[in-house]
Amino acid sequence: MIMQTKLHPALIAIASLIFLILIAPLFIILGAAVSDTPFLTFPPQGFTLKWFSNIFQIEAFRTTAITSLQIAFLGTFLALLIGIPAAYALNRFKIRLPSWLSNVFVLPILVPEIVLGFSLMKNITIGLQLPVYTTLLLGHTLLALPYAVRVVGASLASFDFSIEEAAISLGCPPLKTFLTVVLPNISAGVVAAFILAFITSINDVSISLFLTGPGVSTLPIQILAHMEQFFDPTIASVSVLLMLLTVGVMAIVEATLGLTFLTK
Amino acid sequence: MTVSLTLENVSAHYGSTQVLKDLTLAVAAGELVSLLGASGCGKTTTLRLVAGFLQPSSGTIRLGDRDLTRLPAHQRDIGLVFQNYALFPHLSVRDNVSFGLKQRGADAAERKKRADRMLERVGLSSFADRMPAALSGGQKQRVALARALVIEPPLLMFDEPLSNLDAKLRVDMRVEIRRLQRANGTTSLYVTHDQEEAFSISDRVAIMNAGRIMQLDTPEVLYQRPANSFVARFVGFENLIDMTVVERLGETVTARTKDGALLQLSQERLGAIPDRFILAARPDGLAVARDGNGIPVTLGIRTYLGRAYQYQCAAEGQSYLGNGSLSEPLDTGDRAVLSPVPEQCCILPADV
Repeated sequence: MIMQTKLHPALIAIASLIFLILIAPLFIILGAAVSDTPFLTFPPQGFTLKWFSNIFQIEAFRTTAITSLQIAFLGTFLALLIGIPAAYALNRFKIRLPSWLSNVFVLPILVPEIVLGFSLMKNITIGLQLPVYTTLLLGHTLLALPYAVRVVGASLASFDFSIEEAAISLGCPPLKTFLTVVLPNISAGVVAAFILAFITSINDVSISLFLTGPGVSTLPIQILAHMEQFFDPTIASVSVLLMLLTVGVMAIVEATLGLTFLTK
Repeated sequence: MTVSLTLENVSAHYGSTQVLKDLTLAVAAGELVSLLGASGCGKTTTLRLVAGFLQPSSGTIRLGDRDLTRLPAHQRDIGLVFQNYALFPHLSVRDNVSFGLKQRGADAAERKKRADRMLERVGLSSFADRMPAALSGGQKQRVALARALVIEPPLLMFDEPLSNLDAKLRVDMRVEIRRLQRANGTTSLYVTHDQEEAFSISDRVAIMNAGRIMQLDTPEVLYQRPANSFVARFVGFENLIDMTVVERLGETVTARTKDGALLQLSQERLGAIPDRFILAARPDGLAVARDGNGIPVTLGIRTYLGRAYQYQCAAEGQSYLGNGSLSEPLDTGDRAVLSPVPEQCCILPADV
């Protein structure tokens, strides 16, 4: 039997308001990006795409975009390289490992990013005198690690480890078993972890603010720098592109795994 | 090639808890031995030790003339069938079955040929290209069986393989398992908590308790001649009566229960009777009658079993279960006597 209940008008009103608050900034940015004025404004006055073409004329946007992509890919990759084995160990040997151990791997998102960024700068960039690029990569790896451990861990939590034992009993060595039997069955988790970590990394400001330096910067930091000098709609149009990238990635997730996967 | 499996003085610990105590077990070549017991008795631990997923703290495990004790699990060459099937979800039925052959370096044509032949033997030829998710429980377990058998292992092990199936399928599958095991003559170790399953499928059954084997024998001997009170209770001897001999006259022994009732027992029919012993009887081994020689009791609840009436009987501080004939129904509260039926009773050593 299906019950048809009428939604209360107040509920509809509140839901619509929240929806509006969530979505409005995106439209404001989009409006500001096409405004034919030399300063950021909303509602837009006139229509132009010149701010979009302006992005490509500024060298700094191009180089920082490349750095951002490199750091996001490499950092996420390194985080998975550490995070997948960690998640595996935490789930496989649950009984023998202390319960607080899994929480250690989420510390990077519990500690305020600004603290993390500052301490990395103080101890790694200044303390160890490591190159700026290396430290930046290290910071973003840390940022991505909790996603790798948690999301892959969620996949492993529902993995039946007797499948692994079946493979071993049939003569498959342990490492080969992990690569050919365990990994294919948690691939959805690995992809989801990659995407979440990638998006977090590419949009990050707080950590990058401390870890960028002479010659090495990321796109969000460049947007900040640009805004301090020129308050023109270029930054709005960069934001639109960054937003489209994120939406594009999310659309791929939705099409392949379903967005509900990320909230599991 | 059939070989024997031997475990010698094997002990195992989880942390500081000892879960197996000096276990010694020999499974003859081609034989199927079941480990039977409640959860926590050590039967699964024993199987995991043989499989190589656990390490014993002492003792040796041998398969034929190979010492398995320190051999990595993937080099042991044992076919395993799990309770939850443990099929590879990302591989087709055929690829599941040929997985073990692939590890042994068989080429693709050879793998396909042997996997298909094995699938035919378990009646799943038309399912070779399906994914495991598209199979029923019984079909999954047959694939698991085919996957374990196709590598022609010298030892097969089953870990509660039928527990996830419904009752009808369980009976069919255990016949199937027995048929394939017999046909190949593969030495097998079978773990279960289900007495009927163990007794129906095995050459011999080891009844386990608290990390020890209490008795290892054929199902017939276990059922009729349990060696101790634990096994007796396990196979349904619900009356375990502590007795002390008070007089011996030739082969006739007079013995007394704790509450003072006297019974005359014949050593000719029951075997040698020590001075202190336990008289073990199933309900049909204690005949309930209005009068005669036996333990005087007061009758409690009567239940109808079809072939007899069963009575709950109370004596001083003791309670018994006995059966009475259908021709003479007795009522709750009646006085009656319980007399042992020698053919249905066992003499066990007194518990220490």
